[in-house]
Order: sequence, then C-alpha cells, then structure tokens
Amino acid sequence: MSTTTTVITPGAGIAPATNPATPGGGARLRWAVSDTLTITKRNLIAYTRIPESLFFSTLQPIMFVLLFRYVFGGAINPGLHLSYIDFLMAGIFVQSVGFGGIGTAVGLSEDLHKGLIERFRALPMARSAVLAGRTTADLVRNVFVLLLMTGVGALVGFDFPNGALGFIAACALVLFFAYALLWGFAVIGLVASNSETAQVMAFPILFPLIFASPAFVQVASMPGWLRGFANNQPIGVVITAQRSLMLGSAHVPGSTAGHVLVALAWCVGLLVVFAPLAVWRYRRST
Amino acid sequence: MTNAIEAHDLRKTFGGEVRALDGVSFAVEEGTIFGLLGPNGAGKTTAVRILTTILSPDAGTGLVLGYDVVTQADRVRTLIGLAGQYAAVDENLTGRENLTMVGRLNHMGREAVATRAVELLEEFGLTDAGDRPLKTYSGGMRRRLDVAAALVARPRVLFLDEPTTGLDPQSRVDVWGMIDRLVDEGTSVLLTTQYLEEADTLARHVAVVDHGRVIAEGTPTQLKADLGATVLDVGLADPELARRAAGILGTVGAKAPTVVGAMVELPVDDGPRVAMEVLRLLDQHAIVPTTFQIREPSLDDVFLALTGKRTETDDDDSTNTPTDGHRRRRRAPAKAGATSEGGPR
Repeated sequence: MSTTTTVITPGAGIAPATNPATPGGGARLRWAVSDTLTITKRNLIAYTRIPESLFFSTLQPIMFVLLFRYVFGGAINPGLHLSYIDFLMAGIFVQSVGFGGIGTAVGLSEDLHKGLIERFRALPMARSAVLAGRTTADLVRNVFVLLLMTGVGALVGFDFPNGALGFIAACALVLFFAYALLWGFAVIGLVASNSETAQVMAFPILFPLIFASPAFVQVASMPGWLRGFANNQPIGVVITAQRSLMLGSAHVPGSTAGHVLVALAWCVGLLVVFAPLAVWRYRRST
Repeated sequence: MTNAIEAHDLRKTFGGEVRALDGVSFAVEEGTIFGLLGPNGAGKTTAVRILTTILSPDAGTGLVLGYDVVTQADRVRTLIGLAGQYAAVDENLTGRENLTMVGRLNHMGREAVATRAVELLEEFGLTDAGDRPLKTYSGGMRRRLDVAAALVARPRVLFLDEPTTGLDPQSRVDVWGMIDRLVDEGTSVLLTTQYLEEADTLARHVAVVDHGRVIAEGTPTQLKADLGATVLDVGLADPELARRAAGILGTVGAKAPTVVGAMVELPVDDGPRVAMEVLRLLDQHAIVPTTFQIREPSLDDVFLALTGKRTETDDDDSTNTPTDGHRRRRRAPAKAGATSEGGPR
C-alpha cells in the first residue's frame, strides 16, 4: 500500500465483520413500520415548526370557512332547501385536503434535494420509509385539519343534518380520497427539480379541479359545457358522495350508495395509478 | 492486515459523458485514517457515495469490512457512518431530535438512543443547544451535529466527506480533534479533503485523486520524500525577475525549479549548501531576493509535481491564479534570511 500502484485481491485479508444485522422477513416488516413512524414523527414535528405549514393547516382552512359562510354565502343559493353552511362543509373539506396536498409535493421535493436524503440512503432504514412517512404524516395532518374545520363549522351553524354517523362516514371518505390524492402530489414532488417548481406544478392542476366542481356552488349554475366536467371529475364526484353522506339523500339527487361507490372507485383508481408511480419514481431517484 | 475499506477499479460516468471515476483503487487499513486528497471535481465525493451504498458503480467493486457495497448494501449500512460537507441534518428538528431520528433509523432501542444522544451532545459541545431547532445553529455547530449524527450507531467505519470545508479555523481544529479521538477508539476513517494540510495532519495514508484517477498513494512523508527532502523558496520583486532567476538556477537543485508568481521554488537534497550556491549565483547576476526560505515540502508541492498544477479550492475556477494558491498555502511568509521551517507535522 505504500507504493503508487496498489494491487489488491478482492476480499483478501479481510476479517468479516461480526454480528451484522440480518433481518428476516418479519423483522424487515417490523423495521419498515418503525422507520415509517420515525419519519412520520419527523415530518409532523416539522409541520409545527414551519410557520407557513402551520398557517396552511390551521388558519387558512378556518379563514375559508368564514369567508364562504359570511362573505360569499349570502349571494349563493345552494337550492335543495339547504342553508349555505350545510351545503358548504363537504366542499370546503375537499378544498382543504386538496390544497394541503401541495405541502406533500413541496415537502417531498425538499427532502430529495437536501443533504438529509444522502444520510437516509446510507442508513440501514427501509427504503420505503421516506415516502410512506411523508404520506402518513400528511394523512395525520388532514385528520387534524378536518377536526379543526368541523369545530369551526359547528360554531358557525353547521348542524349535522344526517347525524353523526353520516358525518363520520363522510370524513372517512374524504380522508381516503386525500390519501389517494397525496400519492399524486408525491409524484409531482418527485418529478419537480426543486420545491418551488413542485408548488408551481401542483397548483394549476388542483385549481380547476377544486373550483370547477360542486364545492361552493350548484353545478346547475355553470354553463352547460362545464357541467359535465364539474360533476364527473374526481373531486366533483367525491364532493357529491360526501355531501350525500353528510346531508342525507333527501338533499342530494341520486342514491347515496351509488355516489359513494363511484367516489371509492376514483379513490382506488388514483391510488393504483399514483402509488406505484411514486414508488417507481422514488426508487429511480435513489 | 485487515482492511476496513477496499475500492477495486471503481468506475462511474454521469450522463454518459462526465467521467467522475476512471478506475479508482485503494485500501484503508482498519483503525487508521485514510485521506482521499484532490481538488473539486476530482471524484472524491463520487467514491464516497459509492462506498456508502448511495450510488452504484458502473464497474468495479467496493468492500466495507469485507461486505460488497452493491450486493450486501444492507449489511454495509449497519457498519458505516457518513458525514459530509452538506451537513445532512434536519433544519426543523432540534439537535437531540436529529440524533434520536438517526439512532431510531439505525434500529437502536429508544433508551439506548436517548443515552447516546446525551453523550454525543456533551462530547460535541452542544448540550446547551441540544433542544433548540437547528435553524438557530451556526455553520460550525451544524457540522459538529452532522458528525455526531454519523456516530450515533457507533459505526466501525466512518466516511467524512470534506468535513471541514467552509469551517472557520477553530472549528476545523475541533473537528480534527474529534477525528483523532475516534481513531484512538478503533474507528476506521475515510476522509476526503481538498486541504493538503488536513490530509497531512490526520491521515496515515493518502491517495491523491485527480480527474477520477489515483495519481499517487503513500504516507504523506513518502509522498513528500519522492519530491526531494526540502524546498528552497526564493521570492523576487516580480514574475519577470522570477523567470530570469529560475533560468539561472536551472541545474542547482535536485529537480528543475518552478516559478509560481514572483516565487521560484527549488526542490533540493542538501538545503544549506544549495542555499549558499543560489545566493552566490543570484549575486553574480545582481539579483536580490525579497524573501528566502528553506522548508519541508507540503502536499501542495506534491500535487504540483504530479499534475503540473496547483490545487484549487474553488469550483472549476481556472482563473484562480497560481499566486492565489501560493498565498493561501503559506500563511506567514518568512522575511529575508534563511529560515528552516518545520512541516505542518
């Protein structure tokens, strides 16, 4: 080794390291869960320490509820013998989890372009934990956002027309949808060259889907060419199903079960397409 | 002899064009510090990323304690620690939370991690800052935490990728002290650096890397010995005069002199005798040197001799004049008069 040309026979003279961890299948799965929880915790801590994300997951949803309830609500006739706040809740839930998804894209993109990911790659952790921990943390954040909005909604007059069970079912549906949507945003975060680009890419996709929908107004008030899109695009479908669960089928044309089935189909479809795509993209980038 | 790390003919090309590694081989003996020395873009970081399982080589083999970094990556990851110039820590977490996260991802138990975090914060002088988010840390503190994070799981092999780049002199000395202590405890270290002084101070063996190849390997002493025992620096009033002086002194030294700015550098075997001869020759030509010193050769001299160019610390900065490199290297130029300086060791 003291000469400038070193000839080494691979493996020669090397004592194998003692006791390296050799996890079997069960241990491997347990570590994958543990690693995912570790990363989830890390992401949740970050959400409480970044002022912007704290704003987007607390104040902004509240402000939107108040905005639509008191500023725009008076000018919108929801029809169906409904008060506007009862009509609004389903739409504003989906809007909140939807825009919250931009945080998933931005956060993941930041993760990938910072030095920290290099450390992760050199650790004996599960490869999947960065993605799984990100989506789990965002799911938890969405639960928090929904709880907060439910409280604010109740304060400004939402009176759970279809009872607690219907409301909880609606929340479960929106969370499932949010989770499926997160994987779409994860793909954006993984493809974008930096976090700003991720934000710029996510916003124009989300904006028309959220506003050209039954979220805030009756689709019937839209021009004919837009109605078909607004009713049948995934966010529109989920809002209708959710509204049917929250308000009862008396206030929403069509059967609740039918709406929910179509919405679930969309959720599963989004997951089946985007989750493998995100995982594939993530593996390629690491 | 046991090797902590072996690299066999590692090759890596990026985007089909940029050849980062062009057949790099070296071995790091267990319990020692090995220095990978070279300018920016030489391929040092690529070698580290391959050996830490982050990147796959196009060809060649990397072994850590006998385990293949590609086919046994999971095992390798349980044995190594990595710290680098980019300070791979989470800004939003506190120092303690960062160490805990890394420990948990190394699959250490909760209590073991908590104890270890306390230990490391103490050792790295971060106890007071341990529960503050990293956003409030200075650059030096972040780097210390980064090295601490690499040590959470008590790795047997530690990779330090330019651990002191961008640090102030005091922090650099602190990091050096930490590295020395680790090796005393039996850790093997692969250190990359573009600071010649760092490799000289810390490493038992050094490989000089340039354009993805190892161009020289040995102990710092051997590399310097290859060059000639000592170097005679003769400072002149201007570069023009330096070139004239170099012409006059062409055959006096052990090797031909090099002109760096207004300085003539002459590798010599027998310093004092040559010094007298040099002064006599210059006097004959009525040339008066502004500075004159005999010193041990630095690794910078080695690099110059091997590649014909100075090391550059800035990114692909070809405008970096030799004079700059020269000034940076020698902090306290000697006044006129023959002074024999000890090397950095």
